[in-house]
Amino acid sequence: MLKKIRQTLAVIFLALITLLFLDFTGTVHAWFGWMAKIQFLPAVLALNLGVVAGLVVLTLILGRVYCSVICPLGVMQDVFARFGRMARKNRYSYSPAKNALRILMLALMAVALIAGIGSVVALLAPYSAYGRIVQSLLSPLWMWGDNLLASWAERSGSYAFYSVDIWLKSVGTLAVAATTFVILGVLAWRNGRTYCNTVCPVGTILGVLSKYSLFRPVIDTSKCNGCGLCARNCKSACIDSRNHRIDYSRCVSCMDCIDKCHKGAIAYTLRRSDKTTDKQPEESPAGSGADSSRRQFMVAAAAISASAAVKAQEKTVDGGLAVIADKKVPERKTRIVPPGAVGLRNFSSHCTACQLCVTVCPNQVLRPSSDMLTFMQPESSYERGYCRPECVKCSEVCPAGAIRPISVAEKSSVQIGHAVWVKANCVPLTDGVECGNCARHCPVGAITMVPSEKGREDSLKIPVVNAERCIGCGACENLCPSRPFSAIYVEGHENHRVI
Amino acid sequence: MSDRKDISRRNFLKRIGAGTVAVSAATLPGCDSRRNPVSGESVTALPDIPKDRMTYRTNPTTGDKVSLLGYGCMRWPTIEGGSAREGESNIDQDMVNRLVDTAIEHGVNYFDTSPAYCKGFSERATGIALKRHPRDSYFIATKLSNFAPSTWSREASIGMYRNSLKELQTDYIDYMLLHAIGMGTDGMREFESRYMDNGILDFLLKEREAGRIRNLGFSYHGDIKVFDYLLSRHDEYKWDFVQIQLNYLDWHHAKEINPRNTDAEYLYGELEKRGIPAIIMEPLLGGRLSNLHDHVVSRLKQAEPERSVASWAFRFAGTWPGVLTVLSGMTYMEHLEDNLRSFCPLKPLTEEENKFLFDTADLMMQYPTIPCNDCKYCMPCPYGLDIPGILLHYNKCVNEGNVPDSHDGEEYRRARRAFLVDYDRSVPKLRQANHCIGCGQCAPHCPQAIDIPAELHRIDGFVERLKQQQA
Repeated sequence: MLKKIRQTLAVIFLALITLLFLDFTGTVHAWFGWMAKIQFLPAVLALNLGVVAGLVVLTLILGRVYCSVICPLGVMQDVFARFGRMARKNRYSYSPAKNALRILMLALMAVALIAGIGSVVALLAPYSAYGRIVQSLLSPLWMWGDNLLASWAERSGSYAFYSVDIWLKSVGTLAVAATTFVILGVLAWRNGRTYCNTVCPVGTILGVLSKYSLFRPVIDTSKCNGCGLCARNCKSACIDSRNHRIDYSRCVSCMDCIDKCHKGAIAYTLRRSDKTTDKQPEESPAGSGADSSRRQFMVAAAAISASAAVKAQEKTVDGGLAVIADKKVPERKTRIVPPGAVGLRNFSSHCTACQLCVTVCPNQVLRPSSDMLTFMQPESSYERGYCRPECVKCSEVCPAGAIRPISVAEKSSVQIGHAVWVKANCVPLTDGVECGNCARHCPVGAITMVPSEKGREDSLKIPVVNAERCIGCGACENLCPSRPFSAIYVEGHENHRVI
Repeated sequence: MSDRKDISRRNFLKRIGAGTVAVSAATLPGCDSRRNPVSGESVTALPDIPKDRMTYRTNPTTGDKVSLLGYGCMRWPTIEGGSAREGESNIDQDMVNRLVDTAIEHGVNYFDTSPAYCKGFSERATGIALKRHPRDSYFIATKLSNFAPSTWSREASIGMYRNSLKELQTDYIDYMLLHAIGMGTDGMREFESRYMDNGILDFLLKEREAGRIRNLGFSYHGDIKVFDYLLSRHDEYKWDFVQIQLNYLDWHHAKEINPRNTDAEYLYGELEKRGIPAIIMEPLLGGRLSNLHDHVVSRLKQAEPERSVASWAFRFAGTWPGVLTVLSGMTYMEHLEDNLRSFCPLKPLTEEENKFLFDTADLMMQYPTIPCNDCKYCMPCPYGLDIPGILLHYNKCVNEGNVPDSHDGEEYRRARRAFLVDYDRSVPKLRQANHCIGCGQCAPHCPQAIDIPAELHRIDGFVERLKQQQA
């Protein structure tokens, strides 16, 4: 019975959290966004004390149910473990706890958090690892399915579905996600919860708490005949059946052993002897960010067609479409993070790189970084779209406080960067035609068109940027006709300013 | 389909095929297969098109018996299935051959092409298809399309003419046209550069004397001064025909659609006064007269439930006695069949029907569509935009009532979604209006003199408002 309840809840959580990472429209988020916000590590980083306290109390009462119900990576491993048990029955055995490794990993995590090494945090965080797996591996399939529906909808004149672009956002993140998926899959298939009880820092913290949990599975030595069936079915390898002992720091309260025991010798009951000890984990998110300048070339799979493709040609026949070269990422001195991030330091010290914001970004702006220090943490770039004025989706979904909630009105006054003009690419100067597309689309009117030749009012006009007014949304960069490099691009600001 | 009565004729036919058209297509007087309710035989609203009933008009100068339906070769089909002026696909020559065979079989004998059409491949495709029929069984019309300044020299223009003969695999042209005189920012100046200063008009007159051009005329768009000037010198040049834009909307409303155009009533009247046969282009306004607002469609359908919306436009153009032939650019077999039904034979409009169409035209003027005929003279845009795609999407949304003006409520939400989702479906994101830089290189090419950059910026502004006001 208890196992059934656990399984049902776990499946519901896993399905809905997966959906959060698939649903690019953001509709699911309105209903189940809280499922991301109750994840342990993001809640700690967001200083979401209510959630942290709630999870601590939950663990102190019921043990590590968080690990077997709420954590999507844990439940995913249970799914693999189930296949493993189908392949070979009674495949597990007791092994002593590897506490040295667990403490080392926890310490590594703490150091990384304090030092602001986002890439290490991102690698170790369980919820984020799951987010990356879904976003990188499953979401392309989901979008492909959506596009199929959209093409049917188009044929039947329905607007229920629209198609979306599927693009490789980052090779590095895809590789990490695929590697995580394969390694965890194999480990879980063979030995159950190896990752959760050796590497996972959240598992270690909750393990400390669950040692003192109110409810716990207990072996009744009067009924036990020492068959060892429980130990051979414990995916946490924490039942020492010979000594009738269970290592509660590793037990994830899956209740499998209770069902397995023929003698009914294991029961999930109240502890009797000692009282609960209060041990609050102290996780300080304050980090001294280490992020100055960076130069990077994103390995975007960009088709490199001749830049001359867009030069105006004499028209002799009717029809046809000019070739449009793909835009390339400019070399930015400072990277751009979305409004609500407050600044690069706040962003990189909170972000666990779960990719939820990347999933919901409707404008193809956010993508995981390839830089070593901020590896897999999202950043903005404007070759495929720009940070549209009516959209604050990333700020709504972020569970870790890396992108704080802002309103549409607030967004219009947050300066995340400023536009820089590149004379050599500007179309009025290179093609000798009128343009002004940047000025026409600037949502804050920060760009003015002025004559290119001093004192000659009738000469072709070029843009000038009022950097004080520019908010760095990238409309100008994205809509600039110059390709592959725009004649105007955005430099990020280390600290976002409110104007 | 269901709730959106999509009457974009081309798309509609493409999607549904001939089956559904059965309901809308015309039945013919004389061969009525409907009246057998008792016998229980299967009833079809699509009887076979008779092969010997085409209406012909006689050219007063050469005595040519020209079919009243002429084939416009500007929109040949591609292998991918669209019209050859779109995308990168090549012309579907097999399909062109079939279309030409079917047309000739039913009495069509006038084929109108140009060196500029279908990205420059129309003449060749037309030539290949026609070569398979005896040369004296059809008339070829082509044009001296020396629009680009690089083709204004005498050598280049004559080269273009000789190339037409080569591509069309013939040693004479039945109908030769000065192409689209009156176009450009200064119509008169451009006309002189293209045909007078380089002596090309004299050259063509000599070619007519030599018999390599059997009829010489011109097609007109834009500046009326050039039209009037050329007619004033009719005694000297002896125009054999003139090609004008005529349809029930342009008859009285040309100026309202576009101040640079002239009412067809005037153009036709001037030709009739001089006894010059008129060849009609844009009888359907590039499909716009078959792709009407729902209210107008139901009005036309009520009057003639079994005729297509397009048939009204063809009958209007064909009814004028001074018209030699009515051109239609038929991409699909279904277009051709529907048009053959309108012309085999033509059932002229009555006074009353004419009045009905003029009233319909008045009604249509109330809907703010952009007068784009999808001729693609503006393309390719050097910055990659799909100009006609954007304008036609906007028109379609106007006609379907998906251009919301209020900013809230269920209706706004629905129309907003329909407009935006359909926008991305009709035009790739990189080719949408927000990429128009306003360089203005397209505008002089537009025969309808649409201020294309201004319209694109207006549509872009509208889309931007839709995107920002989520309701």
